[in-house]
Amino acid sequence: MRAHWTHQVMRRATIACVVLLAIVVVAVLAPVFSPYDPIAQPDIIGLKNLAPSLSHPFGTDSYSRDVLSRCIYGARISLSVAALATTIAITLGTLYGAIAGYVGGITDTIMMRIVDAALAIPRVLLLIAILALWNGLPLWLLVVVLGGTGWFGLSRMVRAQVLSLRELDFVTAARAVGASGPRILLRHILPNVVPTIIVAATLGIGHVIILEAGLSYLGLGVQPPAASWGSIIQDGADQLGSAWWISLFPGLLIVTTAIACNSLGDALRSALDPRESSVAMAELDS
Amino acid sequence: MSEPLLAVRDLRTYFRDREGIARAVDGVSFEVSRGETVAVVGESGSGKSVTALSILRLIRAPGAIEPGSTILFEGRDLLLLDDAEMRTVRGNRIAMIFQEPMSALNPVLTVGEQIAEVMRVHTSATRHEAWEGAVEMLALTGIASPRERASEYPHQLSGGMRQRVMIAMALVLRPDLLIADEPTTALDVTIQAQILELLQRLQQQLGMAVLLITHDLGVVAEVANRVVVMYGGEVVERASVAELFAHPHHPYTEGLMSAMPRLGRQTDRLMTIPGVVPPSTAWPGGCRFRERCSYSWERCATQHPPLHIVGTEHESRCHLAAEPLRRKAQHIPLAAALGGSV
Repeated sequence: MRAHWTHQVMRRATIACVVLLAIVVVAVLAPVFSPYDPIAQPDIIGLKNLAPSLSHPFGTDSYSRDVLSRCIYGARISLSVAALATTIAITLGTLYGAIAGYVGGITDTIMMRIVDAALAIPRVLLLIAILALWNGLPLWLLVVVLGGTGWFGLSRMVRAQVLSLRELDFVTAARAVGASGPRILLRHILPNVVPTIIVAATLGIGHVIILEAGLSYLGLGVQPPAASWGSIIQDGADQLGSAWWISLFPGLLIVTTAIACNSLGDALRSALDPRESSVAMAELDS
Repeated sequence: MSEPLLAVRDLRTYFRDREGIARAVDGVSFEVSRGETVAVVGESGSGKSVTALSILRLIRAPGAIEPGSTILFEGRDLLLLDDAEMRTVRGNRIAMIFQEPMSALNPVLTVGEQIAEVMRVHTSATRHEAWEGAVEMLALTGIASPRERASEYPHQLSGGMRQRVMIAMALVLRPDLLIADEPTTALDVTIQAQILELLQRLQQQLGMAVLLITHDLGVVAEVANRVVVMYGGEVVERASVAELFAHPHHPYTEGLMSAMPRLGRQTDRLMTIPGVVPPSTAWPGGCRFRERCSYSWERCATQHPPLHIVGTEHESRCHLAAEPLRRKAQHIPLAAALGGSV
């Protein structure tokens, strides 16, 4: 039964990988795949709000722009914002958590109370509060803010792991051969935390894509004429009744990408967790 | 005797928390000369491992080495070194191997990397030089095809091979002193013999001194020159191996010896020492072994015995040295009478 479950997770992970890979390839090769210029407005009256057809598979929006092309170019922004923000979050969370866990004592207590306080504020609220300070926000700042608010949870996980890892014999052994504190942390302890970080990164990307979409929808994220999936949904929001395709397709893309990231993250978690994977291995043998 | 390589004097390592003070090591002194093997013997809780960790100053909070202790290594007090100076001693001049080679090796680094790491920490060896040094050291510990083994991870190796890797890691910089904390306890008996043999061979080749922490008197008889018996955080007896096995003085040493099976002697049941080591938060006053001792009398409860000289370079922390006739008055130890578990 467990073996069957494992098999199912693996299959879902494979599908998720293929889907993500496809989206990334299309985004990277956007000029090749997109049939039209995403910001060209060829005929703002004649070609506006066309329903999906062979020449415009996702239809056109109220400025006569091709929604498919916009979604393809939007993927570039949505994905790169998510990837960069997650990288920032992972770096901050890992370093912060590792230092707190390794140093311990009063430093740890203070650092973790700060994280507790930060975690007590809903992230969306925090983001809106920060982003509302700017008018016409540059993209890099969006990335920094998304990354800078996304590391609290990870830092707790890393800290907990470092706390238990630093008690292990091989850390004492590393101290016994004269390795310094930073060296032990970077070279001996952190490599053991990598599985946690990979899982957190995968899950984090899915989360940031949704967050960025939400912010762009609220007009706080990516600024026009550049488009992310969230801002394309926003473009079509007031015409949902008449031109549903403008919002529907980017919405589906967001859902697909997020689900793919989450399934991959879950699969990696069970694959990289030594306890779960040893159970899975034992059952594969029998 | 010339200046010893290592001289531990009045070492006290206490662990303090809200419930009180655990005096794990309580005034331990002994010396190790160049090239010799000194065994520290005692059961669990006697403070022998804490002694070993204290020498390299690897004790972590809430544990601390008390002021007044000295650990002289080549005449230099290790307790006065700052952290950076101490790091140049660890792994370089004094190395240590641990009981559990599996948990003492990092699961995510190859064994070659871990050995090379020691060289990279202490010398200016390049990555390549360090790797070659690691392979060479693995070969020296008798591992077959060391080059292939070096790029394997600890879980791919057997217990005996892991301990060889630990030894390679400890000896790669040719330290003057190796502290071996129960190096054979976690291994199969056949492998134990191989590892001991290896340690002896390397000791002769590299001319280092070994401080062997063990609870196995069989191992002691085989490899040690001198023995320090610990009980209750103290040294209770100190002698050369021959002297100790021929004339054990302290009742605890006697107990340890009679708990050991011997060739050529009919034994139905091995003797045991009744009771357990008292918790280090509450050593009994007087003699700490008193309740488990079959000779104890009033004096043992009131007066803490000093180390008496009982022979040539032979000392024992027992009042029997002053009142030898008491040895005839054996009785059931208090611990056995109370516990009734014998």
